[in-house]
Amino acid sequence: MLSRTADHLYWMARYTERAENIARMLDVAVQTSMLPQSQADTEQAWRAMLGISELQQAFDASHAELNETNVLAFMAIDPANPSSIVSCLTAARENARAVRGVLTTELWETLNGTWLELPARVAPDGDPSAFFDWVKHRCHLARGVALGTMLADEAMVFIHLGTFLERADSTARILDVKYHAVKESVTAELLTQREFYYWAALLRSVAGFEIYRKVYRDTITPARVAELLMLRADMPRSLLACMEQVVSNLKAVRNDVSSDTERQAGKMQAQLQFARIEDILEAGLDNTLSRFMQDVYDLGNRISRDFLVPLGA
Amino acid sequence: MANFFNEMTAFAGSEDGPVREHYREFGAWLARQSDERIERKRAEADLAFRRVGITFAVYGDGAGTERLIPFDTIPRIIPAHEWTALQAGLIQRVKALNMFVHDIYHDQNIINAGIIPARQIYQNAQYRPEMQGIDVVSDIYAHIAGVDIVRAGEGEFYVLEDNLRVPSGVSYMLEDRKMMMRLFPDLFARHRIAPVEHYPDMLLENLRSVAPGGVNDPTVVVMTPGMHNSAYFEHAFLAQQMGVELVEGKDLFVNANAVWMRTIRGPKRVDVIYRRLDDDFLDPLAFRSDSSLGVPGLLSVYRAGRVTLANAIGTGVADDKSIYPFVPDMIRFYLSEQPLLNNVPTWQCRKPEDLAYTLAHLHELVVKEVHGAGGYGMLIGPASSKAQIEDFRRRLVAKPDGYIAQPTLALSACPTYVENGIAPRHIDLRPFVLSGKTISMVPGGLTRVALEEGSLVVNSSQGGGTKDTWILEE
Repeated sequence: MLSRTADHLYWMARYTERAENIARMLDVAVQTSMLPQSQADTEQAWRAMLGISELQQAFDASHAELNETNVLAFMAIDPANPSSIVSCLTAARENARAVRGVLTTELWETLNGTWLELPARVAPDGDPSAFFDWVKHRCHLARGVALGTMLADEAMVFIHLGTFLERADSTARILDVKYHAVKESVTAELLTQREFYYWAALLRSVAGFEIYRKVYRDTITPARVAELLMLRADMPRSLLACMEQVVSNLKAVRNDVSSDTERQAGKMQAQLQFARIEDILEAGLDNTLSRFMQDVYDLGNRISRDFLVPLGA
Repeated sequence: MANFFNEMTAFAGSEDGPVREHYREFGAWLARQSDERIERKRAEADLAFRRVGITFAVYGDGAGTERLIPFDTIPRIIPAHEWTALQAGLIQRVKALNMFVHDIYHDQNIINAGIIPARQIYQNAQYRPEMQGIDVVSDIYAHIAGVDIVRAGEGEFYVLEDNLRVPSGVSYMLEDRKMMMRLFPDLFARHRIAPVEHYPDMLLENLRSVAPGGVNDPTVVVMTPGMHNSAYFEHAFLAQQMGVELVEGKDLFVNANAVWMRTIRGPKRVDVIYRRLDDDFLDPLAFRSDSSLGVPGLLSVYRAGRVTLANAIGTGVADDKSIYPFVPDMIRFYLSEQPLLNNVPTWQCRKPEDLAYTLAHLHELVVKEVHGAGGYGMLIGPASSKAQIEDFRRRLVAKPDGYIAQPTLALSACPTYVENGIAPRHIDLRPFVLSGKTISMVPGGLTRVALEEGSLVVNSSQGGGTKDTWILEE
């Protein structure tokens, strides 16, 4: 397979996943903002939202006031923001269009259909939650159609790599930012009401609230939330689950120069697999997460260099 | 109105006469169909084409404009004996054209014999001095030709132009057939229609047959200028149908006197490039240095015979309206045969007497730019306003050797669905002729139809449509 083809497939998947994750985060943020809280807390929450995608500067450059309407418009539908949902879905479609011969007709039509419907969905007086639901649904659909119709060959491997690397990054970011907001409660056994809603919202944003209940059958504690999102292999959005997928997919496309990249991914997986949440908390959750995010970033660069945009001969 | 050859009905005075033999079965079938069924089928075809994205990007019509090429459900039918004669003429013509290009880049016998003036070659922008003395595999230059054929007068076939650079449209030929079979399977049970679906296999076989010597299992790729090109759909379609990679210039690089593509498993050697972009853009080191679509160093590998380009660099020298009038002479010169297919009589405006004639008869002639294509930059005298004619007159006087003129042919017409039912519309035919170890083609080709009443311009860029083309086996 051509490197450029793999590159388009990888980014098609990353942008689809990214659009979904932004929709998830914003959806939960909108719900959380309905809880009684001070003006300062609200503003802080929206600033944290921008922080997840490292968009504070870009936002401040184009907006005078930090409020819900402005942040939602900026992160959901602003075409000038390359990380907005609209930009991500558009980029996913453009990448798909460049390699449509490699995609099944059904997958192409799904991504193209999302893009064609987008203008009607971003009506300014629309209901944000309905929009986020639609985005999540379309992304689920794209993934499902890919799995249900694509040949399980190298093309699918690069789609998986894009999906899971993006998801690992996203889960880590959500956890990291939320953690900074309620640092003091991390080791608490009993949460205040505000803290409870905070961690519950975090779980919801990664579709983890019901899973948490099922797995722990107990009250919500930050330690267990962190464990679920980082170390549980059976939690589909956890760091470990994502890294397991990255490792096995890298193995499937192993080439002459990729052994270092595989080793790096394997190391990241092993660190999660054999970690204990107590040790992580003791060493500092934020340290672990920032190292992980840096590792994901490096891994993305390595995958690019080994497979997607190889230099020269 | 009936002053042209009707493909379906014989001409009888001012009225349509009886249905021609080869349309009889279809005509009877058509008479039995309800309007509702046909309308439903037409809507089904439209939807299917749009969903699959069989579209054509239109230049100068706003960025990213994608348009469907209208598809007409009444087929263009040609009886086997007519096709057999056409095919023989096409083979003869393409054979002579290949010999001509080879001769031009080697001994130039045809110039030395005084048949074609040397300046006609050297002043041609498509002449590539880089190709002088270079041997290409099997001496084949035009591996894929899309020869435009029209029918005029009493039904005689004429060659309108020989498209030897990057002729397009074959994907529509294949998709139109697929669509007809899907919409009206009953028709295919009633007729013995020669199949065309094996074109991609023939093309791949043809491309593999011209790989550089010594290559056992050649790697073939289709090279596209990219997704913004008007024919991108076709490029992707052909690559997919042949099961080969669709590459852009940036996917290829030159190293150790060979061409390689960048794959996820490392560099892979490329032997045959079916390129769908013009010479000018192939190699920024040799041709247009501002081209970001090409591969630096490609020409040098090509000249060394270590990669095959289809079509060959410099083939365009034979695909030019100023060379067109000489094709019958080429056939006589190289093959010692009489041409089987007619050329359209052509006035070469570079000649003073031809220019004078043309200027005096602008209102009845078709005037074309010698390097033009796609229906752009031409004048159709009878259909033009006084102002348009005067504008062309000025251009002709300013640059006579940039133009040729031909009589306005009364192109044949085929019944076609239009707003108020069925009416005759003018058509042409583009068979795709493949040259490798042998010359081959699938029966028929792409039929294009001018959808506007009286219009003679069938190009898709000018609002033309397409029809399925049936060669009826006997």
